[in-house]
Amino acid sequence: MQDVNWIALSIFVVLFAFITWLGFAAAHWRKGDLDQLHEWGLGGRRFGTVITWFLVGGDVYTAYTFIAVPALAFGAGAIAFFAVPYTIIIYPLLFLVFRRLWHVCSKHGYITAGDFVRGRFGNRWLALAVTVTGIVATMPYIALQLVGIQVVIGALGISGTGFTADLPLLIAFVVLAAFTYSSGLRAPASIAVVKDLLIYVTAVAAVIVIPIQLGGFAKIFAAVPAQKLLLAVPGPNTTGSYSAYATLALGSAMALFLYPHTLTGILSASSGHAIRRNAAMLPGYTFMLGLLALFGFFVIAAGIDKLPEYAAGFKQFGNNFAVPALMLHSFPSWFVGVAFAAIGIGALVPAAIMSIAAANLYTRNIHREFINKNPTDKQESHMAKLVSLIVKVGALVFILFVPTQYAIQLQLLGGIWIIQTLPPVMLGVYTRWFNSWALLAGWAVGTTAGTLMAIATKLTPTFPLHVGSHTFPGYTAVYTVALNLLVAIVLTPVFNAMSSQRAPVDETVAADYRA
Amino acid sequence: MMDAQKRHSGWSWWYLLFVIQFAVALWPPLYNKIEPTLMGIPFFYWFQLLWVIVSAVFTAVVYFATSD
Repeated sequence: MQDVNWIALSIFVVLFAFITWLGFAAAHWRKGDLDQLHEWGLGGRRFGTVITWFLVGGDVYTAYTFIAVPALAFGAGAIAFFAVPYTIIIYPLLFLVFRRLWHVCSKHGYITAGDFVRGRFGNRWLALAVTVTGIVATMPYIALQLVGIQVVIGALGISGTGFTADLPLLIAFVVLAAFTYSSGLRAPASIAVVKDLLIYVTAVAAVIVIPIQLGGFAKIFAAVPAQKLLLAVPGPNTTGSYSAYATLALGSAMALFLYPHTLTGILSASSGHAIRRNAAMLPGYTFMLGLLALFGFFVIAAGIDKLPEYAAGFKQFGNNFAVPALMLHSFPSWFVGVAFAAIGIGALVPAAIMSIAAANLYTRNIHREFINKNPTDKQESHMAKLVSLIVKVGALVFILFVPTQYAIQLQLLGGIWIIQTLPPVMLGVYTRWFNSWALLAGWAVGTTAGTLMAIATKLTPTFPLHVGSHTFPGYTAVYTVALNLLVAIVLTPVFNAMSSQRAPVDETVAADYRA
Repeated sequence: MMDAQKRHSGWSWWYLLFVIQFAVALWPPLYNKIEPTLMGIPFFYWFQLLWVIVSAVFTAVVYFATSD
């Protein structure tokens, strides 16, 4: 590994110290009683259009995204660009579906998807399935954020053996845990603003400076091997990479706002207007993500992976080292410090929101539902703070002791699992037609089938569906959620006919879903 | 009266803009080509980036055309 880059490290440490202070100071921002769960865990639902923009942006476009999407472009080429159609089609969903969810949650004081499903369908077991899925899918996602920090710390030249090697990550982790505990959602919301400014500065500088250094975009794309430049045109009897690309985009989009952390970001907005406005404004990030994906090609064009000084980094972190290496290669040390701080802080924001979201889920939909039915506000918020710590320790242990590859594979499975909550949550926003036990059966079938299909494809995202002599390779999550939905539709009339008792009460009425 | 009914039906024809947005984004044969390039960037890349902007404009149009 290269020597410690002191200038970059100093800038990195200074920026980190600043956001640490900011994270603690955030407790006093738009002050509320942090002994109430909706104050600690949703920032009191007080965030307007601008803060929601930063918060949801910090949720969707995480440090891992900034590392992994260019890494995929570098390694696999055009397929990585699926992140662009994916982040195009999430916004109509936000505009239509999740605005309705915001209204109903705000009216009934729901904090989680589990709360909504419990109220809408009156079935605690269905709510439990949604809750457990949310927590399990979130855990590896937090671990991946810590991988993002690990990569930039390694790229700063800090290395060692045993405890000293892990020390910087431990420090970052303690900082994260402490300000999340004390300030709740206000901490990532305020830090997200700083993180985004840094990310934007980095992305804009890189997309202007590096192509000039490399002699223009024409030269860069000429250096990319032909098979990486476009999607492979499908052969006969298969939809090939086209259906894979489209279903990856579609499935990722449908899954995105079902994740607890993105829902937490949405529910903390102060109004339905803020959500709708954000649906039009958030594509600003998508554009940047598209530009960042091109960084993978910059790495190829500059031949950085073949330079001896970066060989150790690529060996240790694989393609995830592509972006840090590009920064080290193209920028002076002080700017490398800014860029790496952007990535490091970019990991803390979603990691904080994810742990808060998981804590909200456990507290509301497991502890309160099954263990202590009548907690005081104070007990409830204390429980959530404690769980947010446990969740993060879990993620840290995972990263320190389990190979990174497992976290990536679990995160892939997490996407397949979380999409199975689509029928009760996203369709539940529109209709109460489904029988809640049929939804639970659909969830179980979809989750099981998705897990088995993922194992059958050796934990790759796409499954080659054979119909007759045709093959339709597609994102496993999309196929299995379709199966889930089919089961729920078929079983709903069956279960309704079997059960003589009336359907449980729906707490919500049609007017709750509108302004 | 008509107006109130329309608003409460939950559907607006402006939402068709979302359908266009989806259909184009999810149909790779449409943009999986090199030519025409723009400033040396293959069509595949610049078109999808352009579509991000078009989609944002569509969403903004729907925002202003429909009320909550």
